[in-house]
Amino acid sequence: MEWRRSYGRAPKMIHLESNFVQFKEELLPKEGNKALLTFPFLHIYWTECCDTEVYKATVKDDLTKWQNVLKAHSSVDWLIVVVENDAKKKNKTNILPRTSIVDKIRNDFCNKQSDRCVVLNDPLKDSSRTQESWNAFLTKLRTLLLMSFTKNLGKFEDDMRTLREKRTEPGWSFCEYFMVQEELAFVFEMLQQFEDALVQYDELDALFSQYVVNFGAGDGANWLTFFCQPVKSWNGLTLRKPIDMEKRELIQRQEATLLDLRSYLFARQCTLLLFLQRPWEVAQRALELLHSCVQELKLLEVSVPPGALDCWVFLSCLEVLQRIEGCCDRAQIDSNIAHTVGLWSYATEKLKSLGYLCGLVSEKGPNSEDLNRTVDLLAGLGAERPETANTAQSPYKKLKEALSSVEAFEKHYLDLSHATIEMYTSIGRIRSAKFVGKDLAEFYMKKKSPQKAETYLQGALKNYLAEGWALPITHTRKQLAECQKHLGQIENYLQTSSLLASDHHLTEEERKYFCQEILNFASEQTDSPGHKVVLPMHSFAHLRDLRFTPSNAVVHVGGVLSVEITVCSQMPVPVHMDQIAISVHFSIEKNSYRKTAEWLTKHKTSNGIINFPMETSPFPASQNSLPALELYEMFERSPSDNSLNTTGIICKNVHMLLRRQESSTALDTPSGVALDDGAPVLKCCGVTLEPGANTITFRTQAKEPGTYTLRQLCASAGPVCFVLPHLYPLAQYDVYSQEPQLHVEPLAEKASDASLRVQSSDKVTSISLPAAPAYHMIEFELEVLSLPSAPAAGGEGESTMLGMTEAQRKPKDTQKADHCMATTDHKVSIECPWSIYSTVIALTFSVPFRTTHAVLSAGTRKYIQVCVQNLSELDFRLSDSDLVDTGDSTDLQLLPLNTKSQQHICSRQSVFFVWELTWTREPPPSLRGRFSMEFRPASEERLSISLKPYTYEFQVENFFTLYTVKAEILPPAGTELCRTGSLCALEVSITRLSDLLEVDRDEALTESDEYFSTKLMYEVVDNSSNWAVCGKSSGVISMPVVAQATHRVHMEVMPLFAGYLPLPDVRLFKYLPHHSAHSSQLDADSWIENDSLSVDKHVDDQLDSSSIKSRGSVHSAASSEHKGLPMPRLQALPPGQVFNSSTGMQILVIPSKDDHVLEVSVT
Amino acid sequence: MAVCVAVIAKENYPLYIRSVPTENELKFHYMVHTSLDVVDEKISAMGKALVDQRELYLGLLYPTEDYKKRYGYVTNSKVKFVMVVDSSNTALRDNEIRSMFRKLHNSYTDVMCNPFYNPGDRIQSSRAFDSMVTSMMIQVC
Repeated sequence: MEWRRSYGRAPKMIHLESNFVQFKEELLPKEGNKALLTFPFLHIYWTECCDTEVYKATVKDDLTKWQNVLKAHSSVDWLIVVVENDAKKKNKTNILPRTSIVDKIRNDFCNKQSDRCVVLNDPLKDSSRTQESWNAFLTKLRTLLLMSFTKNLGKFEDDMRTLREKRTEPGWSFCEYFMVQEELAFVFEMLQQFEDALVQYDELDALFSQYVVNFGAGDGANWLTFFCQPVKSWNGLTLRKPIDMEKRELIQRQEATLLDLRSYLFARQCTLLLFLQRPWEVAQRALELLHSCVQELKLLEVSVPPGALDCWVFLSCLEVLQRIEGCCDRAQIDSNIAHTVGLWSYATEKLKSLGYLCGLVSEKGPNSEDLNRTVDLLAGLGAERPETANTAQSPYKKLKEALSSVEAFEKHYLDLSHATIEMYTSIGRIRSAKFVGKDLAEFYMKKKSPQKAETYLQGALKNYLAEGWALPITHTRKQLAECQKHLGQIENYLQTSSLLASDHHLTEEERKYFCQEILNFASEQTDSPGHKVVLPMHSFAHLRDLRFTPSNAVVHVGGVLSVEITVCSQMPVPVHMDQIAISVHFSIEKNSYRKTAEWLTKHKTSNGIINFPMETSPFPASQNSLPALELYEMFERSPSDNSLNTTGIICKNVHMLLRRQESSTALDTPSGVALDDGAPVLKCCGVTLEPGANTITFRTQAKEPGTYTLRQLCASAGPVCFVLPHLYPLAQYDVYSQEPQLHVEPLAEKASDASLRVQSSDKVTSISLPAAPAYHMIEFELEVLSLPSAPAAGGEGESTMLGMTEAQRKPKDTQKADHCMATTDHKVSIECPWSIYSTVIALTFSVPFRTTHAVLSAGTRKYIQVCVQNLSELDFRLSDSDLVDTGDSTDLQLLPLNTKSQQHICSRQSVFFVWELTWTREPPPSLRGRFSMEFRPASEERLSISLKPYTYEFQVENFFTLYTVKAEILPPAGTELCRTGSLCALEVSITRLSDLLEVDRDEALTESDEYFSTKLMYEVVDNSSNWAVCGKSSGVISMPVVAQATHRVHMEVMPLFAGYLPLPDVRLFKYLPHHSAHSSQLDADSWIENDSLSVDKHVDDQLDSSSIKSRGSVHSAASSEHKGLPMPRLQALPPGQVFNSSTGMQILVIPSKDDHVLEVSVT
Repeated sequence: MAVCVAVIAKENYPLYIRSVPTENELKFHYMVHTSLDVVDEKISAMGKALVDQRELYLGLLYPTEDYKKRYGYVTNSKVKFVMVVDSSNTALRDNEIRSMFRKLHNSYTDVMCNPFYNPGDRIQSSRAFDSMVTSMMIQVC
């Protein structure tokens, strides 16, 4: 039926069972009744009366009395049932239905509660009416019963709460309250409201716990002291009975101990949970309960015999487990191991501690004291409970058996442990499994069977290592070391010892002990050679850095290389090592270029120090477990032309890296450590490694060229070797052998003199180099002098070299441009005896000077002027300038007019030298002059090498003066001075100075009667446009070839400006007749259309052409129509032949008076 | 209140572990280590369902007999915090434990924010973190 409750609690379907008992007044509850199960909820009065008289006589009184009794007990839950019989009615047909008994009763008793009276018609008949009345009755009955139940339950709960609120009062008893609340729980259980029933127990549980905690905090309740009585019995939980009446009575009598109360409470909870189909919660709660009981006993300072609690816990665990197993099938259990495994492990733990307590673990078995204790413990268990007496595997029996003998204990303990480990493993709680395993290993160690212990310890250690838990690692290793020592696994033991000796979590003494263990072994075993114990290095020492000397780690064959390593010893004491060695892997480089010193020095720029990263040993071991990659670059070249075919990177320790992870069983096994035997090694003997950093130096002499890779570091003491299997990052050194080589490089700076002997002839220059050791570089500088005949050559080389120099001179563009120095290219080839090729060096020399010469005339006296122009950036000091005539004649003499013997010539400056030329015979022959001078850079006071003098050769011909020209300007008649704008007279007189000479014999010469004349053309040119020539500016004259013959020309010129004006130039040309064939070819395209004359233009006649232009003449570049025409030609007279005596003369011109405009030209 | 505080990296190696100095350190190491089993179990059981709820607190891991309750907490980056609490102190409610974890988490985040700290290294030189842990340990004891 549906049950609605107050306080918004959800309606529930409940099953309410009721007992019907005959009414007795004494059954009615008294005030303060706590029993709810036997509570009378509803009172029913049954009557069959159908007769009014009978009713009035007896039934009414009876009813009244009944009601009064009920009222006296303040019970308002009652019902009156009137059973009506048709058979009886028939007899009394006269009775009116209105005044039926029912109505009367309703009138009399049920005022306003008419529903409290129910009619039941013919209950024994099988008619629809009967059925109806029955239904109505039952419904009514249920409703009323429930109403009463609800009311009373509420009242009960209220009472209970009131009672609970009184808990701070001194007289309050937990046990009484417990009974009250349990009553409620019982009711709920009866109603099949297990959830609610459980809540009641949980509330009790929590309340009790709270009291215990408060007690611990010093707030003790009186009633609790009762629970603090010493524990005398520890027979575990009993979960097989729904209600442990024994314990309940104890509680009721307030005689229960804490364990009793807890046991009972938990048994009830367990029962309810099992009703609720929640066995896993039982397991979970059981564990909590056991823990809290242990804690509470401690907190309450209850005296407990040693081991008693262990027994209790062990029994309880097994009891709970068996209870759960009893109500679940195998599959369910298997899938819920997670919940039960805690109990298993707890039981294991407790059994272990019992075993230790009772001396069952020790080798010798229990002594008498242990036995006494065992007996006491067994006594506390009491007798086995009847309900489990028949089962073979009861916890009681198990415990008794386990404690009875060493063997039985071992069996039980192992069973439990294995079961627990298996369960943990199966649900993936590896760490917990390892932990139990470690306990087991401890047990085995106690039992002197280390081989069994080892596997567990290794397993645990592996787990801790993988997850990097330093302290557990240390602890487990310590156990393992002991185990390995017992087992005689020397290598493993030494390895573990070395690890422990370097472990900073251990004390100094422990570390020293383990270190000494290694040293002892090393010193003991020296007499048996051959057998080596190989241990990994990382536990022993750490390689910090490595330094090569020379620092680029490149040596030539035969050279000495030293390797300096810094090793941090992690041992606590100094350790003497017999030998420390680095084994080396040797590979020959195929590529010969890579062996050269040049390549190696270029590509290895490191400082020679290689740092090795600090291994963070206890850190994520997953990374450390893999060996470092050893990568090398690889080049494959085609054999024919040495071109690159493939290139790539190869890993040389693939076999280490691509192993399956699982197969690497233990991280610390020395399987990965293999000694490189037979490889070349660098050795260092008798080294003592102090704790901390040590520096060790290896020396080696390079033998074979190639690349050497340092691979292993091995430190050995006696038979014990500590090996670092791979050095990473790679440490390599290279050995090369190299042919001598020659390099020629221009040097920017001057090097110091080398003691070289240079022998040079015109063709061959040989340089002898001083003897030098192999692989030495000789650097020297040669200064090269550019001499026209035999330049010396230079070169640099190695080893003894025979230098064959062949110099080829090839002048190039001697005068390329005015401002550039003349350059000369040379090639020097150096031939080395070791090479078929000769090294050709191109040398370019720049000539720093440009020299020009000129013939200067003063009347008939002649002077030679030499101009030396310095084109370079350097300053020079000139000395010993000299000009000699290299011609045959002795008629010419040169008189130097130079004052100083030394001249300083600055950069970009010129120096002039002048000589007077005198002759003894007229006319003088041509001069073949050679100018020479010494020069040296001005910055160098003393030059190491003597420079050959600078020379300049030239030839001067026809320098003898033939004509003098004299020009004169006369102011117009009547005036003293020339005026601008007025015509002035220009008088030009041309005088022949000599008689007929050899030079005059040409086409221009005409002969008539021993009288020779030559045709000359004169021309008046004013370059600066100072003068305007009026009329003819040029003309041809016939000049008699006689000394002192004079020809005068008169012309008119007009000054254009005022001031001192230079006279206009007067030039003389030879006028050659047109029939001269050879001259027409000279300058065919340089005809000048001017006065029908063609001018033979010379290279140095620049001034002339510009003057011609200034007169407005048009220069025709290619006037081909004139070519070949019989035109007369002009030939300039050589510069020395004409002397213009009026050169440099000026005449004063004053401005004309009527000029309005004064032109001032500022130049 | 807390007798041991441990920060454990994603790969299950300890980043920080400190216990009350009076007690056996090794025992706590073992204890924290084994409790990782349960942490792992809870994390995997939590699976995707709780990821969305961003519930980082794992609750009670499992109790042991000797007064110690272990609580777990896992950050989004799977860094685990395990706290062993003296279970005699039942005054500690879940909420308080939560707030302690949150404090620990914040402090840990601060450590991570330090540019000189390499994620994955042991937390050794953070005074702030140290003092925070100390305060958590002292608070009640």
